[in-house]
Amino acid sequence: MQSLILTTTTRLLVALLLVFSVYALLRGHNLPGGGFIGGLIGATAFILYTIAASVDEAQRALRVDPANMAMLGVGVAGLAGLSAGLAGQPFFTGQWFFLFASEGNEGIPISSVLFFDIGVYMAVFGGILTLVFALEQEI
Amino acid sequence: MAEDYTKVPRFMGGPAGWISIVFPAVLFVYFMGLLPEVAEVPILRGMDWVPSLGIRLSVLLDGLSMTFALLITGIGTAVTLYSSRYLGDHPHYPRFVCYLLAFMVGMLGLVLSDNLLSIFVFWEVTTISSYLLIGFNADKAVSRRSALQALLVTGAGGLTLLAGIIVLGNVAGTYEVSGIVAQGDLIRNHPMYLAILLMFLAGAFTKSAQVPFHFWLPNAMAAPTPVSAYLHSATMVKAGIFLMARMNPVLGDTPVWFWVLTIFGGVTAVFASVMAIRQTDIKQVLAYTTLMALGTLTMLIGAGTHYAISAAMLFLVVHSLYKAALFLMIGIVDHSTGTRDANTLSGLGRAMPLTAIAAALAALSMAGIPPLVGFVGKEYMYKAGLGLEGGAMYWVIAMTFAASALMFVAGGIVAWKPFTGKMGQTPHKAHEGPWQMLAGPLVLGALSLTFGLLPDLLGEYIVGPAARAVYGPHEDLHLHLWGGFNAALYLSLATFAAGWLLYLCHQKLRGFLARFEASNPVDFDAGWDRLLDGFKAFAAWQTALIQNGSLQRYMAVIFATFIVLVGGTYLFKGAFDGAIGLSAAEVHPVQWTVLALIIVGAILVTWTHSRMTAVAGMGVVGIGVSLIFITFSAPDVAITQLLVEVLVVVLVSLVMLRLPYLPRRSTKTFRAGHAVIAGGVGAVITFLMLSVLGSDFDPRLTEFFEKSSYPDAHGRNIVNVILVDFRALDTFGEITVVTMAAIAAYALLRGIKKSTPDEKET
Repeated sequence: MQSLILTTTTRLLVALLLVFSVYALLRGHNLPGGGFIGGLIGATAFILYTIAASVDEAQRALRVDPANMAMLGVGVAGLAGLSAGLAGQPFFTGQWFFLFASEGNEGIPISSVLFFDIGVYMAVFGGILTLVFALEQEI
Repeated sequence: MAEDYTKVPRFMGGPAGWISIVFPAVLFVYFMGLLPEVAEVPILRGMDWVPSLGIRLSVLLDGLSMTFALLITGIGTAVTLYSSRYLGDHPHYPRFVCYLLAFMVGMLGLVLSDNLLSIFVFWEVTTISSYLLIGFNADKAVSRRSALQALLVTGAGGLTLLAGIIVLGNVAGTYEVSGIVAQGDLIRNHPMYLAILLMFLAGAFTKSAQVPFHFWLPNAMAAPTPVSAYLHSATMVKAGIFLMARMNPVLGDTPVWFWVLTIFGGVTAVFASVMAIRQTDIKQVLAYTTLMALGTLTMLIGAGTHYAISAAMLFLVVHSLYKAALFLMIGIVDHSTGTRDANTLSGLGRAMPLTAIAAALAALSMAGIPPLVGFVGKEYMYKAGLGLEGGAMYWVIAMTFAASALMFVAGGIVAWKPFTGKMGQTPHKAHEGPWQMLAGPLVLGALSLTFGLLPDLLGEYIVGPAARAVYGPHEDLHLHLWGGFNAALYLSLATFAAGWLLYLCHQKLRGFLARFEASNPVDFDAGWDRLLDGFKAFAAWQTALIQNGSLQRYMAVIFATFIVLVGGTYLFKGAFDGAIGLSAAEVHPVQWTVLALIIVGAILVTWTHSRMTAVAGMGVVGIGVSLIFITFSAPDVAITQLLVEVLVVVLVSLVMLRLPYLPRRSTKTFRAGHAVIAGGVGAVITFLMLSVLGSDFDPRLTEFFEKSSYPDAHGRNIVNVILVDFRALDTFGEITVVTMAAIAAYALLRGIKKSTPDEKET
């Protein structure tokens, strides 16, 4: 079923949802959000696109296989945890670096925790889309 | 392409082969270098591995572990050199080398560890690598069955051993062997002693194939011959012997230990010797003689006197030398002639003189004929038996006598008959083996002779220190080839006489045993199959009971279990004290409105006949719940709940479209039963929540996270900081599950697509 209204709104909404999902991911450490929520929002964007257009188009737009993305996410999260080993600390100890830090300025915090959250985002995003694509494809 | 690959023999099996030969050879030289030092004082070193669990990576190199380490690396070198020719052209040879080296590392770790938990880990490494090696010819059903059987029998024993290790660790307060050995008296008098002993023996008896767990070992001969030589005669099956020897200072020297070990060991030794005569496949003959050796070793360790322990350590070395040589020799014969049938093989001596020499040396040692080291070993066993008192003396001597005489016969079957007499008709024309395959058996045979002529060399550096490690401090051990005219010598002579007589009539004996076996109802191997069949039938029965394929049944079972467990705990533990932590006045008007919305949604779900309406109703309930979260200012939870709700509605409606339209089973009793379950779950949850609110709130965790979230984890959103930092491991587990579930569901959906009827027809 093709609906003109849905297709038109979707174009706008998908972009918004994706940007918002990344926003939710990045602000997660201090404000409501995080990798899990971000991943869910991102997945909704593509589900909407799948319903409005088709699985094939959504898959083309995504470019990568969602199952690969999910597995990559687990790998990224695992590596982020392992990075603590380089500092001789136990698995999953957060590693923090403050770029451009100076007196009175905290700088840009970059941490293994952020990469872990990105891994969570990818796993949730990829996992849900794997399911939805598989279900939609069969019909 | 694969054909060309197999036809060009690579020198020493290519890189994989070189690595596999150099690795044990270098280690062997290294251990030899330490030999004089260890013969005086054991080496003990270590470092923490998992300190929170008390697991240390500690090395104890005393006489016992040195003996094993030399056997593992020395025979390992012979076997890998042999395999480079025996299997070097096999397309999966590098894989074989990986398994073999993994086994070698596991076995070395096992004998060198000073920590019981790391002993267990290495113990399991040998079990798993043995499984892979037995099943190396995975295209054969026999190999797969034998591999699985060995894995299950030794694996079950391994788990029992783990339980024993944990109990022993708790009793002794340490997992370090060196620490436990010092507390032998405490443990022997502890009420848990018997439990510990039985659990350790379950591990040792399954691994070392004592009756009634012996049946997996002859089946394990499905493995390639070098594996049989290495794992299933010289090293791995001796892991159980090693464990008993290691534990002798802790668990030994009690009546239970003595009788269990001597009786099981003795019965195993004699039963195996008789079974060895029964076989016609000479590899099977050797498999059963290995069982005999393992039984004898168990019996001697059980006897526990200094003589017995020395005899056990001596026989351990003696047996490994001759048995590995014999197995490797059989591999050459098999390769060369294409058969291992004792009735067919004869007169090979002329075509294969070097193989014949190696076989002769090893078999003479096995039969215990002077001046081979096997003779010294047998003398010591008799001396050990004569040193005991009362019934034990007669038992040990009788068992040793019977087993030794039958070994004499087995030696004749595997090494005399195939090489003498008239040349038999074999599938291939016999020819001498290549040097890589001959080197091992010849060197091992030469060692049997050298140690026979110079037994003190063996006694001073290897057997003596090993016996000290097992028995405790004792005066030096002196081994003799010629000990004068004594009772042990007369027993030896009687053994030869009996053995000779039995050899002369062994073919008749074999026929008699075959008839007996045919009429014997006790068959362990078949019993094993029945046990497995029983397990499978039980699993099928209970799966059919609980998981009959109806989703409604699954849900009913899950929720009914929930009611019974949670509600039951509630009732019987008296957890509900009547305090309800909520009064109607506290509920805000907005919350009343949302509550009304939720109730409407729930009623809609139960009364509608349309699936889509039901899904929408569920969505209303879920969104209502997330609104409740917002009124309690928990935006994180609310957002997650909302998103999950949306996705669930989308996914469920997608699934709905795929479900078949089944006739409704909406009889009155069916609906009433489900109503009871639904009402029950609702009631239990409601009571649970209310009473949780009524109990005192423990603020310690909240305070901790509020205090340390920013300073420690640089984050102000406590929920997210917990998820990605404090409890990151849990989250990691969850995303792994999400991914696995998605992939599994994907595979299932794909599977459904494949089995649609119209595709089947094409």
